[in-house]
Amino acid sequence: MAPVAQNQALTREQLVGFLQEMLLIRRFEEKVEERFRAGDLAGFLHVAIGQEAIAIGVCRALEADDVIASTHRAHAHALAIGTTPNALMAELYGKVEGCSRGYGGSMHLYDLEHGLMGANAVVGGGLPAITGAALSFKLRAEPRVAVAFFGDGATNIGTFHESMNLAQLWKVPAVFVCENNGYAESTPAWQQLPIDDMSKRALAYGMHTIVVDGQDVEEVHGAALEARRYAVEGNGPVYLVANTYRLTGHYVGDPQVYRPREEIREARQTQDPLEKLRATLDVSDGDWEEMERAAVQVVEGSVEFAKNGTDPRPEDAMKNIYA
Amino acid sequence: MPEISYREAVRDAMVQAMRSDPDVFIMGEDIAEMGGSMGVTQGMLQEFGSERVRNTPISEMAIVGSGIGAAIQGMRPIVEIMYQDFTTLAMEQIVNQAAKHRYMSGGQLKVPLTIRTQGGAGWSPGAQHAQQLEAWFVHVPGLKVVFPSIPIDARDLLWSSIYDDNPVLFFEHRLLYPVKGEVPEEPKSLEFGKARVHREGDDVTVVATGRLVHESLKAATELEAEGISVEVWDPRTLLPLDEESLIASVKKTSRCVVAHEAVTRMGWGAEIAAVVQEEAFDYLDAPIQRVGSKFAPLPFAPVMEQYVVPHKEDVTAAVRRTLERS
Repeated sequence: MAPVAQNQALTREQLVGFLQEMLLIRRFEEKVEERFRAGDLAGFLHVAIGQEAIAIGVCRALEADDVIASTHRAHAHALAIGTTPNALMAELYGKVEGCSRGYGGSMHLYDLEHGLMGANAVVGGGLPAITGAALSFKLRAEPRVAVAFFGDGATNIGTFHESMNLAQLWKVPAVFVCENNGYAESTPAWQQLPIDDMSKRALAYGMHTIVVDGQDVEEVHGAALEARRYAVEGNGPVYLVANTYRLTGHYVGDPQVYRPREEIREARQTQDPLEKLRATLDVSDGDWEEMERAAVQVVEGSVEFAKNGTDPRPEDAMKNIYA
Repeated sequence: MPEISYREAVRDAMVQAMRSDPDVFIMGEDIAEMGGSMGVTQGMLQEFGSERVRNTPISEMAIVGSGIGAAIQGMRPIVEIMYQDFTTLAMEQIVNQAAKHRYMSGGQLKVPLTIRTQGGAGWSPGAQHAQQLEAWFVHVPGLKVVFPSIPIDARDLLWSSIYDDNPVLFFEHRLLYPVKGEVPEEPKSLEFGKARVHREGDDVTVVATGRLVHESLKAATELEAEGISVEVWDPRTLLPLDEESLIASVKKTSRCVVAHEAVTRMGWGAEIAAVVQEEAFDYLDAPIQRVGSKFAPLPFAPVMEQYVVPHKEDVTAAVRRTLERS
């Protein structure tokens, strides 16, 4: 396990920018919860409240041609990689203007233009494709990396192990980002993981591993920069474990009967990545309010955009099955 | 025109594609130095090197899944699943991922992936190395399913699969690898969903795939001596299906037999029977007959294996059943 290298100090301005983006994700996710409860949104929704620093920290370390694969908890990754709030919200509303044209929904976000190679509703489902994308970058000698996001729960599924093994064997430029939030849906780590230290998952593959505090965007960003550089220089893939907290339920509407209220309350008080960064930067109340206003405006605009979007025709369901 | 084997025909499509296109590469278990467990990729490592002829770990999910990722990035990978029994290990990647990425993305991407695999009984490997599972994949929108029975179709349909922009399951039959046939040197792109009539006939249409094409041709020759004229109709691609030609054939003969090596129950032949009765019910002079393996896992003992899988005699008997009524 390597120590986190501080590649370059981020400026205050950059960090304030990160905070603004994390705040946008937070307000976006809260709006999703609100609109779902109001009955506006169909389907199955999972928000990333509490995990914003990983999405921003990793995606800000990437270059324009890099690609990511996301999970069922995909909104933060999509926004971080460059999908517009309008296109994302329109997708959640099932509109033609959505990032997946209404064919995907919350768990199947795609935005190839910005490098989002697909969010995946099957836990661990996207890891093999990231290995293959990275293989194509290697075969074509392109200076790009492919990044897979997944949770600790995914480290129990075969695709994780087969992908890690193959990626390391072939030394492809991939980064495997484990968002270790301690829960596989409702099941706590102690019931689904035989080890406490998630970094050990990569030991058997001999993969370069970095562990970071996933609530600290600066640390995540530094590690992701290091991981990217390591991978793109041809040293092989990197396993990046970001320890984090899911400050909400597994899905919107989850009563969370499986964890004590006190645990959630404490995590919200002590492990909120936005509050941590705000404190570090000593953002004044006035500046914070300004940032809030900006975020809320964008989010409200996205709802307006989505509501005014175009419904697909029912028979459009028969399109896009084959190229 | 050179005569080559079915095995060489499969290889030829890959070799020619790789010679002309750096985006084409192959990966799978034991395909490099060993040349594949069926010898299909023999010599390819020597010609193309280990970057483009990639031995993989025994990891079917990663083999198919990494093929998917490379395909999304614009390459044209050909992955080999050593036995089609092992596609079960990659089912999630094939069914949920390869088949659906394009759709779920609203048409933003393509998955030009070819998944080659083989199977077929007759050599007593037992229950886990010779199944015919092609019907499973015909059930999944987003996939294409190809099953050639002769060398020229193996070569040209594999060439077409490599250059198709969709995920294609390409089924080879183990017992057909040594079968020889004339194959011109230049590959020809064949449109999917176009059947081949191996033999024209007037009395019964035998719809057959893979090894059963050859069994049906033998049956047709025998029956000809009795004055029974059998048409042997081979779809070549199970998905898409050449319904137009199928219906035209049945309207001509008024009788239909479906023959495949996969188990009959819920087999691909059931779909054929459904399509034929929907589109040509009034033309049928007899119930559609199905020929396939008995509903049992493949047994080891050769006598039991031969009992389970269908042969020429089963086709002959089925043809006779359709004629009993007239």
